[in-house]
Amino acid sequence: MTPTPAIEVRDLRLSYGPREVIHGISFEVGRHEILAVIGPAQSGKTSLLRCINRTIEFVPGTTVTGGIRVNGQDVATVRNVFELRRTIGMVAPLPVGLPLTIYDNVAFAPRCAGLSRKDELDTLVERCLRQAALWDEVKDRLDSLGTRLSGGQQQRLTIARALSHQPEILCLDEFSIAIDPVTTMRIEEVLKELRREMTIILVTNLTQQARRLADRTLFLYNGEIIELDRNEVVFSDRPGNRKTYEYVNGIFG
Amino acid sequence: MDTMFAETPLVRVKRRRESLARGVFFCMSVAMILPLVAIVTYLVVKAWPTLSWNFLVDIPREGMREGGIWPALVGTIYLVFISLAVAAPLGILAAIYLSEYARDNWFNRIINLAVINLAGVPSIVHALFGLGAFVYAAKFGYSIISASLTLAIMTLPVIIASTREALASVPQSFREACWNVGATRWQTIRSIVLPNSVSGILTGVILQVSRAAGETAPIMFTGAVFYKAVERGTLLPYYLDEQCMALSMHLYTISTQVPGVEESLPYATAVVLLGAVLLVNASAIALRVVLRSRKKW
Amino acid sequence: MDTQPIPERAPVVRPRRSPWAVRGEWLLELIIRFCGISAVLFVLAIFFFVFREAFPVLGREGFSLTQFLFSSEWYPTSATHVRYGTWALTVGSFSVTALAMIIAVPFGLGAAIFVSEFCGPRLREVLKIVIELLAAIPSVVWGFIGLTVMSKLIVDLTGAPVGVNLLNGGLILALMSVPIIVSIGEDALKAVPDSYREAGLALGATRWQLVYRVLLPAAKNGLLAAVLLGVGRAVGETMAVLMATGHAVHIPLGVLDSVRTLTANIAAELGEAPAGSDHYRVLFLTGVLLFSITFVVNLTADLVIRGIRRK
Repeated sequence: MTPTPAIEVRDLRLSYGPREVIHGISFEVGRHEILAVIGPAQSGKTSLLRCINRTIEFVPGTTVTGGIRVNGQDVATVRNVFELRRTIGMVAPLPVGLPLTIYDNVAFAPRCAGLSRKDELDTLVERCLRQAALWDEVKDRLDSLGTRLSGGQQQRLTIARALSHQPEILCLDEFSIAIDPVTTMRIEEVLKELRREMTIILVTNLTQQARRLADRTLFLYNGEIIELDRNEVVFSDRPGNRKTYEYVNGIFG
Repeated sequence: MDTMFAETPLVRVKRRRESLARGVFFCMSVAMILPLVAIVTYLVVKAWPTLSWNFLVDIPREGMREGGIWPALVGTIYLVFISLAVAAPLGILAAIYLSEYARDNWFNRIINLAVINLAGVPSIVHALFGLGAFVYAAKFGYSIISASLTLAIMTLPVIIASTREALASVPQSFREACWNVGATRWQTIRSIVLPNSVSGILTGVILQVSRAAGETAPIMFTGAVFYKAVERGTLLPYYLDEQCMALSMHLYTISTQVPGVEESLPYATAVVLLGAVLLVNASAIALRVVLRSRKKW
Repeated sequence: MDTQPIPERAPVVRPRRSPWAVRGEWLLELIIRFCGISAVLFVLAIFFFVFREAFPVLGREGFSLTQFLFSSEWYPTSATHVRYGTWALTVGSFSVTALAMIIAVPFGLGAAIFVSEFCGPRLREVLKIVIELLAAIPSVVWGFIGLTVMSKLIVDLTGAPVGVNLLNGGLILALMSVPIIVSIGEDALKAVPDSYREAGLALGATRWQLVYRVLLPAAKNGLLAAVLLGVGRAVGETMAVLMATGHAVHIPLGVLDSVRTLTANIAAELGEAPAGSDHYRVLFLTGVLLFSITFVVNLTADLVIRGIRRK
């Protein structure tokens, strides 16, 4: 028996006004898999993530066709979209510390979901901060402002926040562009730990990062899938498509 | 090296023009400040003989030719606070709709246009509206209620505009971060957007107060009267369904309609009105400065 | 990557929001939406109620719309020769406005340029505060100043028989509309990208050349909108012109003539016109006329501003 894939995308098309930016792509992401999505700027990577948790609706003038299933459920027809977003953790490119205390930053999502018991929140906050490898640095100042942390700390705070609503899928959108290499390596370690618990989609413009972390890599170019295969193939000397080889090796892109 | 950057005649002309332009524009700006200072000084000097505590709490005497302004002062406070109680919630919620909920479509463009036009409707047209709608159609009669409602609608755009500006100053990335973790729109607004724009909203509310206190035309035909007998110093002299006096109206009356008023009396009234309005505005400015330094990001 | 089996994680217990919280939020959002629409309702209501009071006079015998708009005979209370022509009032409104703009536009734009381009940050803060305070002075206080200070000055300086006249009203209105012109004009100049300024300065332009050749052309739409909003404010102003322009209903021949404006006329006569009389209704019709004029002015200003945003 094959379990239902965590995410199943069927012929997804997305247009901003008259301009179509994703031209009918289909793929699946298995459970506990790390899927890297690589591709040059403007190829639709971020838009793809926004389609998955339906925050694309907040962008005026967009139309989505085709199906995305999360845990076998079509996102377009899901009754409680907020519940859907809680099963997906989303980390934006630039770290966003909400103008709340560090504790409230992490407790925000559970509170929105209806959790109000102090002891449960305390355990949850500590667990998420530990998972994001931030606990040791901030445990003595949980009530200082999240916006006052350094960039790398804020990015880990963002990850902690994304974990706080106990997602089954974690989407990271170029999480390393605003932080230094050392912090990047720490977060990568964190992700290797997290894959025990969840499915991870990693959008990145660093091909080496995709190579280090992912099981499979999807090469998206101009809204079309050029190649989707196991890392051994994508990053080999003979991937399925010549463009992939050229992009991965910095010949074009 | 000296010759290389020496002044050519052309540069000299350029420089002279530059300083001329700067001088002219500076004078134009000063020409704006001077009237404010001159007017305030002149009014205060002329009003000096009358200005006193007694002037504030005394009632007008001798057919408004002498005495104080107590009933007008209290009347203005009535009008301001009732109109505030109506306009503030309405305006703030409308601004929340426009900046947080409305999408960019034709319907919301019409709403935008309506707000802009509401701000541009002449005050006397508001008076006509108040007379037609509240005094006659709604049968509130000439009363504090009618006048306050008219003022509320007139000052609504002030609150809407400054609230919108305050809400727009909260970065969009905060909202997106909240939506990503499954917060509803209202949860986002309540926990992130509103707490971080409260100073701007408060400024708008304060500006509404100053605007409402100074308006004359909209209350002239809806609820303000020339004279109403009131005990000296009474705290709550009016019922809401009766007419009242108001400072702005009182200034208009004693400076144009009543002959033989003691000369410093209208000046003193003007100083009290102007002082109150400027004080309220200055407090809005001070609030903005203080809260801006406490920004959380 | 090796595919060692990873144990399915234990199912998560997800918290639920209380149904009351969900329902309360739904209700609140409904109220918010309603308040958002209220602005439209108010504008429609203003037009409706003002027009409703004015409407019956339109069908009245002896009343003609052409006469109302273009006759300069305004004798509303005459026993034998009743005439409701507002042309003199319209001309009065526009002449006061025009005079005010002739004074206010150069000063307002000059001050806007100074504030945005020439002065240091601290002076800018001070000037902006002064502008805000200037804008806050109530119109009845301006009217009072016109009536007392300005009229005395005008009589002394020009030898005019009365000090409350077109010149007085124009000066007062100019002072009143300068703040709005300055603040909108400054916004327009601020909207010009800094890269224009840097490019200009890098080419060796002086500040003045930069303003004259680069910024003014780039910001001209915004500046136009600033002037239009100033016009809108001046046309709609009531108390100041009521007190400062005198009361003669006739077409002014010089700046020292007394005039009456559309707004002042309503304010002056509504109190004496019995409710429901023709006179009363004609005053409401004047209100409709005013509403339409300011509507057009504001709409144009908005379109002009929107034009800049598009770019």
